[in-house]
Amino acid sequence: MGTEWVFNLYVFVLATFVGYQVISRVPPLLHTPLMSGTNAISGISLVASLLAAGSHHFISQVLGFVAVTCATINVVGGFLITDRMLRMFRRKPDAPAPKPGTGKGAAS
Amino acid sequence: MSPTQIVLSLAYIVSAVLFILCLRGLSSPDGARRGLFLGEIGMLLAVVATLLHKDVVRYEWILAGLVLGSGIGIAISAWIPMTKMPERIAFSHAFGGLATALVGVAEYLREADQLSSFKVGALGFETFLGFLTFTGSIMAYGKLQGVITGAPVTWKGQNFMNIGLFFGSLAAIGVVVYDRSLSHVFFGIAGTGLALGVMAVLPIGGADMPVVISLLNSYAGLAACATGFALNSQILIISGALDGSSGILLSLLMSKAMNRSFANVLFGAFGTVSDPAAGAAASQAGKSYNEATVEDAAAVLMASQSVIFIPGYGMAVSQAQHAVRDLAASLERRGVDVKYAIHPVAGRMPGHMNVLLAEANVDYDKLFDLDNINDDFARTDAVIVVGANDVVNPAAKKDPSSPIYGMPVFNVEQSRSVIVLKRSMNPGFSGVENELFFQPNTMMVLGDAKKTLLALIGALKEGH
Repeated sequence: MGTEWVFNLYVFVLATFVGYQVISRVPPLLHTPLMSGTNAISGISLVASLLAAGSHHFISQVLGFVAVTCATINVVGGFLITDRMLRMFRRKPDAPAPKPGTGKGAAS
Repeated sequence: MSPTQIVLSLAYIVSAVLFILCLRGLSSPDGARRGLFLGEIGMLLAVVATLLHKDVVRYEWILAGLVLGSGIGIAISAWIPMTKMPERIAFSHAFGGLATALVGVAEYLREADQLSSFKVGALGFETFLGFLTFTGSIMAYGKLQGVITGAPVTWKGQNFMNIGLFFGSLAAIGVVVYDRSLSHVFFGIAGTGLALGVMAVLPIGGADMPVVISLLNSYAGLAACATGFALNSQILIISGALDGSSGILLSLLMSKAMNRSFANVLFGAFGTVSDPAAGAAASQAGKSYNEATVEDAAAVLMASQSVIFIPGYGMAVSQAQHAVRDLAASLERRGVDVKYAIHPVAGRMPGHMNVLLAEANVDYDKLFDLDNINDDFARTDAVIVVGANDVVNPAAKKDPSSPIYGMPVFNVEQSRSVIVLKRSMNPGFSGVENELFFQPNTMMVLGDAKKTLLALIGALKEGH
C-alpha cells in the first residue's frame, strides 16, 4: 500500500510528458475540437462516479448519481459535439473556383 | 490480483492507448474523426470494464445517471449553435468539476474511518480542485453569456484575499491529512474551493476568456488526476494528465499570443474601464475618421485583386460567418484572391474563429496563422476587418505606453486599403484606443457586421 503513490507518480509524469508531446502537434486550426475532445476524455471521472453510485452507502449513491449524470453529459455531449465540429473541417473537394493563387503552397 | 482485476487492468491499458491515439489524430484534420472514434471506443471499454468491478453492487443509480446524462448530452450537442461553443465548453468544465468534487466527497463519507492519510490528502485536492473548477466555469459561462459583466470586477486587497483563500485551502488539506476525522474541515475545503472559483474569475476581463477557459480545462484534468491518486486508478491519472497538459499548453499559447505572463492574466485585471478608456475617448474626440458607406467599400473591393478577411469576436456576436463566406465567394467569382487571417486569441476560446468559418464551409486551406500571413499584407489590396479590434491595433507594435504593447498583431496598416466593419466607434472590451481606425487609408463602415456584409454582396452584384 505504502509505495503505490510512487508508482502512480511515475504514471502521472509519463502521461503528462506524452500529453505534452502529442498535444503540441495539434495545429491552431483544431484547438477548439482539442478542447472539447479532451473535455470528453476527462469525462473518465465517470469511472470513479460509477464506483460511488454503485456502492452500498446511501449518501455516496446519491452523490454518485449526480456525478454519473454530469460526467455522462460530458462524455456523450463532448464526443458528439467534437465529431460535429470535425465533420465541418474536412477539405471540400468541390470548393468553388479553380483557385490558382490560393492555398498554402502558392502563398509562401 | 484476481483474474477479474487483471482483465480490468488490461482493459484500462487499452483505453489509455486509445485516448492517446485519439489526441494524436487531432494533429491533422484528415485523421481527426478516425482518432475521435478510437477515443469513443476507449471510453466505452473503460465504462463497461468498471461495471464489472467488484465494488459495484447496485446498478439502479448508475443506470438512471447514464440515461439522464446521455439524454442531456445528446440534446445539448444537437441544438447548440457553433457561435455558442465557448459557453458550451465553459459549461461542460463546470459539469466535469462538479462530478469529480462529488466523487471526492462521496469517497470521504464512505470510507472516512479506514482512509490512509495519503488518500485523504488526494481526496482533499480532488474536492478542492473540483469545486474550484465548478464555480470558476459557471462564472466564465456567466461572463460569456453577459449575465455577469464582462468587465473585470476588482477591489482593494482582492489578490491578497484570493492568495489567502488558496493557502488557507492548502492548510486545511494539511489538517485533514493530520486528523482525517475532522469532517467539518474537509467540508471547509469544499467551501474554499467554491469561493475561490468565483473570486478568481471575477477580476478577469472578457477578452482574456481564451486563457481562463484553457486554464479551467487543465484544472478539471488535475482534479481527475487527484481522483486517480485517491482511488489508485491509473486510467484516471493518465486521462487527467492528458487533459491537464492540454489545458496548460493552450493557456501558455494564449498568453504568449497576447505577450502577457500567466500571472498578469490571472491577477492583472487587464482592461479595467477607468483612466485609459476615458483618455481614449478624449483623444478620439480630436481625431477624424473616414466613415464610409457600403457603396464606397464595394467600389474599393471591385478594384481589388487580393483581399484578406480578419474575423474577430464581433463576427461571432453578429453570427456573420456565413455572410463572410458569401462575400468571399462572390469576390472569388470575380477572380479575386481571398484569404483569412486568424489570430490565436481572436474570439473567446482557442480556435473559435476556425470553427465558425469551418461551419460556414470555408476551405481550411484558406485560413492562415499570424506568422504565415503577416508578410502578405504589404502586397494586399484590401483588408476587411470583421469585428476584430486589438489584433489589428498598430499600437501593439509602436506605443510602449499602450496596455497591449508587445502583443503580436497583424500588419494590417501596410495593405492598400482597410475596411473595418464595426458596431460603433466605442473602444472595445479592453477600452484601448485603436489608431488604425483613424488612418487615411481606413474606411469605417459602422453597423451590424452581418447586415453590412449582405449589403456589400448586393452592391457587388449591381456593380457587375
